[in-house]
Amino acid sequence: MTDSQALHEEVRTTTCYMCACRCGIKVHLKNGEVRFIEGNPDHPLNQGVLCAKGSSGIMKQYSPARLTKPLRRKQGADRGAGEFEEISWDEAFAILEERLGKIRSTDPKQFALFTGRDQMQALTGLFARQYGTPNYAAHGGFCSVNMAAGLIYTIGGSFWEFGGPDLDRAKLFVMIGTAEDHHSNPLKIALAEFKRNGGRFISINPVRTGYSAIADEWVPIKPGTDGALILALIHEIIKQGLYDRDFLVQYSNSAELVNMDPRSPEYGMFVRFEVPPEEGCFDPQNKLWWDREMDRPVSTMTPGVEPRLLGEFTLPDGTPVKTAFELLKERVAAYTPEWAAGITGIPVETIVRLAHEMGVTARDQKIELPIAWTDVWENEHQTVTGNPVAFHAMRGMAAHSNGFHSIRALGILMSILGTIDRPGGFRHKAPFPRPIPPCPKTPKGPEGVQPDTPLNGMPLGWPADPDDLFVDDDGNPVRIDKAFSWEYPLSVHGLMHNVITNAWRGDPYKIDTLLIFMANMAWNSTMNAVEVRKMLNDKEEDGSYKIPFIVVADAFQSEMTAFADLVLPDTTYLERHDAMSMLDRPISEFDGPVDSVRIPVLPPTGECKPFQEVLIELGSRLKLPAFVDKEGKRKYRDYPDFIVNFETAPNSGIGFLAGWRGKGGEKSMKGEPNPNQWQMYEKNNCVFQYHLPKSYQYMRNWNQGYLQWAQSHGMTRHVEPINIHIYSEVLQKFRLAAQGKGAGRRPPEHLRKRIETYFDPLPFYYEPLEASLSDKHQYPLNAVTQRPMAMYHSWDSQNAWLRQIHTYNYLYVNPKTAAAAGISDDDWIWVESQWGKVRCMARLTEAVEPGTVWTWNAIGKAAGAWNLDPKANESKQGFLLNHLISEELPANEAGEHISNSDPVTGQAAWYDVRVRIYKADPNDPPETSPQFAPVPPAPGTPSRRTWQNYFAGRFTKGGGK
Amino acid sequence: MHPALSVVFLTTLIGVGQGLFLALFSSQSYTIVNILPAQPGSYYALGGLIALAFLVAGLIASVFHLGRPERAWRAASKWRTSWLSREVIALPLVMALVFVYAVVNWLELDADLYGWGLPGQVALTVGSLGVAATLALFLCTGMIYAAIRFLQEWATPLTVVNYFLLGSASGFAFAAAYAAALAPGMVEFYAGWAIVLTLAACATRIASLVRNARLKRVSNLQTAIGVRHPQVQQQAMGFMGGSYNTREYFHGRSLVFMKSVKWIFLVLVFPVPVLLLWAGLALDSGALLWLAFVVQYVGLLFERWFFFAQANHPQNLYYQVVG
Amino acid sequence: MTQLALVIDLNVCVGCHACVTSCKQWNTSGEAGPLFDDNPYQADPTGTFFNRVQTYEVGEFPCTETVHFPKSCLHCEEPPCVPVCPTGASYKRKEDGIVLVDYDKCIGCKYCSWACPYGARELDEYQKVMKKCTLCVDRIYDLSIPEDRRKPACVISCPTSARLYGDIHDPNSVVSRAIMASGGYQLMPEWGTKPANHYLPRRRTQMTIRADELVRADNPLKKEDIRHDTSKDVTLDDWLM
Ligand SMILES: Nc1nc2c(c(=O)[nH]1)N[C@H]1C(S)=C(S)[C@@H](COP(=O)(O)OP(=O)(O)OC[C@H]3O[C@@H](n4cnc5c(=O)[nH]c(N)nc54)[C@H](O)[C@@H]3O)O[C@H]1N2
Ligand SMILES: Nc1nc2c(c(=O)[nH]1)N[C@H]1C(S)=C(S)[C@@H](COP(=O)(O)OP(=O)(O)OC[C@H]3O[C@@H](n4cnc5c(=O)[nH]c(N)nc54)[C@H](O)[C@@H]3O)O[C@H]1N2
Ligand code: SF4
Ligand code: SF4
Ligand code: SF4
Ligand code: SF4
Ligand code: SF4
Ligand SMILES: [Mo]
Repeated sequence: MTDSQALHEEVRTTTCYMCACRCGIKVHLKNGEVRFIEGNPDHPLNQGVLCAKGSSGIMKQYSPARLTKPLRRKQGADRGAGEFEEISWDEAFAILEERLGKIRSTDPKQFALFTGRDQMQALTGLFARQYGTPNYAAHGGFCSVNMAAGLIYTIGGSFWEFGGPDLDRAKLFVMIGTAEDHHSNPLKIALAEFKRNGGRFISINPVRTGYSAIADEWVPIKPGTDGALILALIHEIIKQGLYDRDFLVQYSNSAELVNMDPRSPEYGMFVRFEVPPEEGCFDPQNKLWWDREMDRPVSTMTPGVEPRLLGEFTLPDGTPVKTAFELLKERVAAYTPEWAAGITGIPVETIVRLAHEMGVTARDQKIELPIAWTDVWENEHQTVTGNPVAFHAMRGMAAHSNGFHSIRALGILMSILGTIDRPGGFRHKAPFPRPIPPCPKTPKGPEGVQPDTPLNGMPLGWPADPDDLFVDDDGNPVRIDKAFSWEYPLSVHGLMHNVITNAWRGDPYKIDTLLIFMANMAWNSTMNAVEVRKMLNDKEEDGSYKIPFIVVADAFQSEMTAFADLVLPDTTYLERHDAMSMLDRPISEFDGPVDSVRIPVLPPTGECKPFQEVLIELGSRLKLPAFVDKEGKRKYRDYPDFIVNFETAPNSGIGFLAGWRGKGGEKSMKGEPNPNQWQMYEKNNCVFQYHLPKSYQYMRNWNQGYLQWAQSHGMTRHVEPINIHIYSEVLQKFRLAAQGKGAGRRPPEHLRKRIETYFDPLPFYYEPLEASLSDKHQYPLNAVTQRPMAMYHSWDSQNAWLRQIHTYNYLYVNPKTAAAAGISDDDWIWVESQWGKVRCMARLTEAVEPGTVWTWNAIGKAAGAWNLDPKANESKQGFLLNHLISEELPANEAGEHISNSDPVTGQAAWYDVRVRIYKADPNDPPETSPQFAPVPPAPGTPSRRTWQNYFAGRFTKGGGK
Repeated sequence: MHPALSVVFLTTLIGVGQGLFLALFSSQSYTIVNILPAQPGSYYALGGLIALAFLVAGLIASVFHLGRPERAWRAASKWRTSWLSREVIALPLVMALVFVYAVVNWLELDADLYGWGLPGQVALTVGSLGVAATLALFLCTGMIYAAIRFLQEWATPLTVVNYFLLGSASGFAFAAAYAAALAPGMVEFYAGWAIVLTLAACATRIASLVRNARLKRVSNLQTAIGVRHPQVQQQAMGFMGGSYNTREYFHGRSLVFMKSVKWIFLVLVFPVPVLLLWAGLALDSGALLWLAFVVQYVGLLFERWFFFAQANHPQNLYYQVVG
Repeated sequence: MTQLALVIDLNVCVGCHACVTSCKQWNTSGEAGPLFDDNPYQADPTGTFFNRVQTYEVGEFPCTETVHFPKSCLHCEEPPCVPVCPTGASYKRKEDGIVLVDYDKCIGCKYCSWACPYGARELDEYQKVMKKCTLCVDRIYDLSIPEDRRKPACVISCPTSARLYGDIHDPNSVVSRAIMASGGYQLMPEWGTKPANHYLPRRRTQMTIRADELVRADNPLKKEDIRHDTSKDVTLDDWLM
């Protein structure tokens, strides 16, 4: 039998980062090298399980793509050629200090910091703000900001990392446009449990893979049409009276009266009975209901009053009004199942049946939990009730240019079914729910950006009205990505996908230094990758670069590192401290806040330095106020020291970590710094979990106990109800501005129509912008991508085990579609959009809607990147769909360089692209096109093994014993 | 299956060796009863040594098939259950007996063992044991393949019969050529039997081809994954760069290639050698007889390649599509 | 007699490949390792894995099922791979029914793999011995591993608990009960190999709504009855006494 002791000599706990799910892991070490990584059974998130990526962490640690030295682009070498020389960290810091110092004291916005799928926006955001640049964002804009904005502007919380479906109690679960998502392991655990308990699982997706595979019913839908489906579901549910009337009346603005007088400056706004006494980021309780008994207006929430939910009335002053729900009903009147069937490709009967299933399950299978709670209006409830219909949606809805409204429709559907923060429905995760919209705001104009001064506001915020936009007096954007401008007013996560193009064009202005952290912007996270790569290397007439200086902080030799002037080698997740902070996107559970840390289990490789340390060092050198004391001396020894001692404001008691605060670790959420905080996390599986009392776990938008708790623990400012915005006044305010009403800012002329159209206070369906601007006969198909469960974006082709599972990718085509184009299995074909074409191989599949073609995301690689052999399948057969997707729309009435994004949020419209397919010429080489000149291995990367026998840290031949 | 050259050579070479030994032995027994002219012991001894050489060459080829040839001796241990183990015992036994047979003939050792008063009783005795061992070896070799039930192309008595007939035919053909040089009086006997065996083998081999063409697969995708639905299609086999399962069980050749190999062996193994043997006899030409053997042997390499390639392993059901 | 086995629930398997790589990482550094990788960073990477997850499609659009199908050695009760092994390297353990290969005896003749209808064995091209799933014998009896984790690596990692592990001869084990309850079946039963591993089929939950259940007495629409103003016209009320 095994000498078991020898096999796992030492076990350390930390947090996985093979993806952003952040599962707890136990790393078994043998002689200091990794022998086995297992899921930590005591971790609330993954409960001991571990996914394919997590189980392949070893191969990431020992990957030949690892950067181990700071690098400087070789004099005279082109960007993209990947020619580097090693430099020391001292040199690297000196270069950065000088350059960034100069920019900061002249024009801080010339420094742009954009980060990818990282988990340290709390720190990077703080750095940017302290530096004083508005030009900061993370991946949200090209990821799923539509999901965040669409739902947070509606229900004060969202899917993604902010909330999710309560599958423990749901009876019917409807998953829309989700392939894998961030909550990977927990969702899988819950889904399996749900199915075992007899729950019914419906997946709405043009493609049937992964999760959808185990759905009881697969509803194939045409991409970009979910809004139509959901509006028709709402239509049918209202028509049948299957909505939860009590819930809507109490907890949403459905019964509130909207001013219907077109001549009034308040047209489309709720009628208020007094001017709000106190301004804050909450809805004042000063609106009207129509009393059903007395047949007259009363103030909302008047005890004992039952209001009308539907109807139009005339106020005593003659103002015509309608309830918000009446407006919704009128809005969906034309959105019949018959209408939606033609758009979505889903049969009428199916749409009607889905609506009935949802409505009847919600109505007839009510959950009642014996949990007493008190609402913000002081009403005491003996029970918590719920309607067991849960939804989950992600990028299939978000990544379309009509996603915001589709998702708002989804929020409304979930609300009319009465499923918000109730058992069996949607549940929030701390720090959500937040006010609608949440409080943080950006500066309101260019004056917020000053030399040698922190930014006067947050780099990213939540506009509540046009006055919150970040524009100059002419209405022009202040940010390089044009976020929070009239082009994309609610771009709450920025528009990272337009940064390079804008900076290259100098529109709205030129920048000097672009620092990219953990984003592969020369490849898979950029649209139009071929052109963007040219822009990165493009020069002015005088021979200087259009983007003068590019710094890339990465752990691996990605496609992006090749374009850097300076490469900063990061550590891997097994080598560094990390904090998954409540100030960012923590891993909270439904029943309370959770945050977690990473603690190094291995020493850094080569000269790798955690990027966190780089930022602390730079912040100290540049004397950014948060990083130095009054004398301008360095305040924090290192990142762990920073995490322990940083407070959001002097003595706020709020820092990056919520657990074990207070001198002795006795406090949670809020409390003085605890010098032993790291040790306490380490002792507790690197995770802090706070279980709210049961009575605080539900109905949190209106739960007095919870809101008071949240307020006293620094999570929210107001103990005010967060009523659901069935009807969105925020949107109406922008529309009014576009209509020239009200006193505030007005959109520039060319954007008036756009704002007026898309800032509709009620959801509506429109065709995705690209489709409406292109020839659909020429490009009849939709092309989308899926997350493969065993690969994370572009990271994992360097992983010897994972790349055996996905070595290259096919374009998946329905056999009927293929037959029409004369294409058979394994044929080389061209996929062409109006923007470009890619040669790839076809694979026939019955599991896709005939109007859609799809492929696994980011499997294709540029030759030589990731230190793969230039002949590796990833670059010879694998392909990237991004070459077909443009970052800008065809010129249209809104302008020439309008982002290919949702007009409300700036969400990148990845899944709008339309394509056609045809067979490649038999004389074409059997390899993918476009091809890129291979890059050499970067100096310091480990050599590429031609074979390997991994045994507990050794790469041996023969038996490892 | 992916035909391994080592096994192709192993089975064809020992087939020649075994057949040659059978030819020598049978001719020698005929001489005893004077149906054939007597030959000096050295004739059988040399022939035996040549048979041994074929067997040794086969053995050497087999070594290339083993991952760990240094442990080959272990292979004898499971003779109770494993035809491969039995073969591993039978092969050296045959070799030993053929060697003893050669020595006995070389030294012309003799004794009236059974009181028949006839010469050659010792050689005959050793030879009979050798024949038994040779037949056993044919049986083992054939059964290695025939015993795998789900390799339906192989799981038939025809497999054993074919191994026996094809090996014997090639051995007799060799013997005919050998005799043309050393013992012209024996040529007709060998060549005649070679023709007979070749024709018989032709019949049984074609029978197996016909049988295989008509095989009804016992397993299919439905039973392989347990989903009863007429339309099941693999989308991904779980890896894309190949594995042992794709390397060992797929020949990776086109249908056309397979067909050509089949026709090549059908021509080279059967009609051409028969014609050459007949012509060799008719024209009294040793060269033609040599040619007959060589052509047939080359044909057998194709035949054996085809034998392996044609076998469709049920595991292949799981490895249909790279995705 | 004990027969340990895996039972794989196709009803919840999402095809995530967790069982594939957790198996690889446990076993490459364990008793059965190392498991080689060839061309790990070059064209056509390949290597030894004991467990693979495949994907099948059933039916025609739109009635398509996508089935993820994990497969490792099934630890047959009548394992055809064992008797054919000439060296005795392949054997089935009496005590728990696990089919194993003794690397020290194996001569790499591949015969056992030919005799496995399931393609569950892989020759290690570097060690030149036959390898396959060991049911993690070096985990499941290791007393230094906490009891609830003393299971195969693929089982503890599987996010959907689609992989059950236990003794199929014990009628009260999780696996036996799952096989009974959900109609567990074996692969290629036609060969009489009696695989110990079983698969649980897809099961579909449906909902029926009868027409008379759609509208209930307390339908909220009824609360929105439109109340009309008093009529100013002359009506019968003015005349009838
Ligand atoms: N066609 C298409 N394109 C898409 C999408 C799509 O669905 N379809 N999805 C979009 C979405 S949602 C997203 S979020 C983006 C993701 O796109 P990116 O954010 O660009 O993600 P990655 O490709 O993983 O690149 C991240 C970089 O992080 C590096 N990295 C990994 N680990 C570490 C580490 O520990 N430290 C440091 N410093 N670097 C590390 C990797 O080497 C890699 O270069 O892609 C977008 N692009
Ligand atoms: N393994 C793994 N996990 C990951 C990632 C990864 O790369 N690998 N990336 C992480 C990141 S950054 C993100 S943002 C999340 C994203 O998580 P998901 O949103 O689950 O990821 P996508 O692959 O974009 O899935 C989009 C799904 O929507 C479908 N779809 C496309 N268009 C439409 C449509 O119009 N309507 C409907 N109904 N469906 C549509 C697609 O077919 C696909 O199934 O995953 C995270 N988790
Ligand atoms: S889902 Fe997988 S890769 Fe992501 S954190 Fe969890 S174990 Fe790691
Ligand atoms: S780990 Fe579980 S869910 Fe994932 S592929 Fe394996 S059996 Fe299926
Ligand atoms: S699955 Fe194959 S290797 Fe495993 S016991 Fe059965 S026959 Fe033997
Ligand atoms: S390869 Fe090894 S285990 Fe398999 S039959 Fe040959 S000796 Fe036995
Ligand atoms: S039981 Fe162990 S060896 Fe077998 S597939 Fe699972 S992890 Fe691999
Ligand atoms: Mo993302």
